[in-house]
Amino acid sequence: MPQYAALLYTEDLDWSAEPQSERSKQYMEFGENNGSAIAGGAALFPTSTATTVRVRGGRGGDVVTSDGPYAETKEILGGFYLLEAADLDEAVRLAAQIPAAWGVGGVEVRPVIPM
Amino acid sequence: MTTPIDDRLAEVVRVEGGRVVAVLARNLGDLMRAEDAVQEATIAALDTWPSAGIPAEPRAWLLTVARRKALDVLRRERNRAGKEEEAVALLEQMRDDEPPDGDRSSVDDDLLRLMFTCCHPALELDAQVALTLRTVCGLSVADIARVLLISEDTAAKRLVRTRQKIARAGIPYRVPSDADLPARLAPVAAVVHLVFTAGYAGSPDADLVRVDLCGEAVRLARLLNQLLPGEPTLQGLLALLMLTHARREARVDEDGGLVLLADQERSRWHADEIAEGLQLLDESLRRSAGLADRYQLEAALAAHHVASGDPDWDEILRLYDLLDEVAPSLAVTVNRAVAVAEVRGPAVALDELENPGTPPTLALHIARADLLRRLRRPAEAAAAFGRALAAGPTAPEQRFLRRRLAELEAELVEAGLVETELAELAAQPAPGRTDPHS
Repeated sequence: MPQYAALLYTEDLDWSAEPQSERSKQYMEFGENNGSAIAGGAALFPTSTATTVRVRGGRGGDVVTSDGPYAETKEILGGFYLLEAADLDEAVRLAAQIPAAWGVGGVEVRPVIPM
Repeated sequence: MTTPIDDRLAEVVRVEGGRVVAVLARNLGDLMRAEDAVQEATIAALDTWPSAGIPAEPRAWLLTVARRKALDVLRRERNRAGKEEEAVALLEQMRDDEPPDGDRSSVDDDLLRLMFTCCHPALELDAQVALTLRTVCGLSVADIARVLLISEDTAAKRLVRTRQKIARAGIPYRVPSDADLPARLAPVAAVVHLVFTAGYAGSPDADLVRVDLCGEAVRLARLLNQLLPGEPTLQGLLALLMLTHARREARVDEDGGLVLLADQERSRWHADEIAEGLQLLDESLRRSAGLADRYQLEAALAAHHVASGDPDWDEILRLYDLLDEVAPSLAVTVNRAVAVAEVRGPAVALDELENPGTPPTLALHIARADLLRRLRRPAEAAAAFGRALAAGPTAPEQRFLRRRLAELEAELVEAGLVETELAELAAQPAPGRTDPHS
């Protein structure tokens, strides 16, 4: 079965601080309704916890870290699912049930390269 | 120079090629491979048919050759397991058991699947149009570039990117379920409509495109109506295309100049096509219970245009108002202004064309020029015609514009207001249309 990554672009919120929120409940619901199609995924802490890593001077060079996300944007990558779907139509049907799809951002669906 | 035989041969290869791509794409589960194989079969046909003659069953011939080419490719790649193995087995089995032509209805079903794949909403509209022209209509990349006013390189890249997205993202090859159908019909109708408009508008290189795009769009709209009968959107679309296409011969005079609707010879219209278009529109509106989409509204307007007797401008303006709500565009604004001029006078219409909000088009310049002429402001009208000439008109449009400029000049002479630039404007060649995408 082909796999698709559903990348959730959302507001920069701290999901861990509000497990009982309406939005969190909607995510639980999505998981319960589509368990068999969800091969993996995670919710991420807000970008204030992000560290961007670069290595200067090629492989093995100096490790340079900086505070914050790789790119500053209004909608941030707040989490992702790894979905199993027969084709893009099915993947879109699943993605449309993810709460981020009707939030401020959206859900980016990308096919996964089979390894 | 081409002969009629060459033209017929090319036409058969092109139309049947589209059907063969559709069948093979289902067999292979891979549009790109199907297209490659059919391309090779097409080359073989153009190579052998001129001397051997067109075979009795051209589609069967093309399908057999294309299947063989596809098999060759798949066998060469056999170490790549998975889907390819299944496809090889399928193709081999088919060659033995099944007459390659298949029955007609199943071939048409394949073509319908192909259209829904090419017009999938996950693809950009520009990409949908280019891919439909390539796979369903069988146009060459060079012709697609000419039709869409883009460079050949841009067209080729767009096609590669689109096929790659279909294959990689897993855009399915099937007719959508009943629940999804209404939403999925809109892009299919939009693409067919764009194919028609591309043919209707023409392009500076239109003479080089050997495919009649308007006829092609009518063919597709008719096919869609046969395969998905009773869909108001598709009926409205076919009605619109037929009511417009029925006037094709009267649109151009002997010198190749554009003839405006009011000046067209009605005897040169295809009455049978108009009758069919009107009947389709009636049925379409009945089925959608009074709720009209853009195609139905445009078809209703086209019906008014072919009606005999004095035009009912109030009703025409009402239809344009509705169209402006459903599908606003600069083209609608410009056409609506013509109705506004009839109902509320040219001065009001001219006012409504100020600040259109988007870059002015050829049609906008022409509409403004005509309103200024009617308001007896000939110098400004001539300047507007001049801007129209500079906006990259097609050859028939150029002839029309020059004629109008000459008439204006005569008016100005009569009024004692000769402007020397006017004569120059009418004489100078217009610059070619530039590629807006590259």
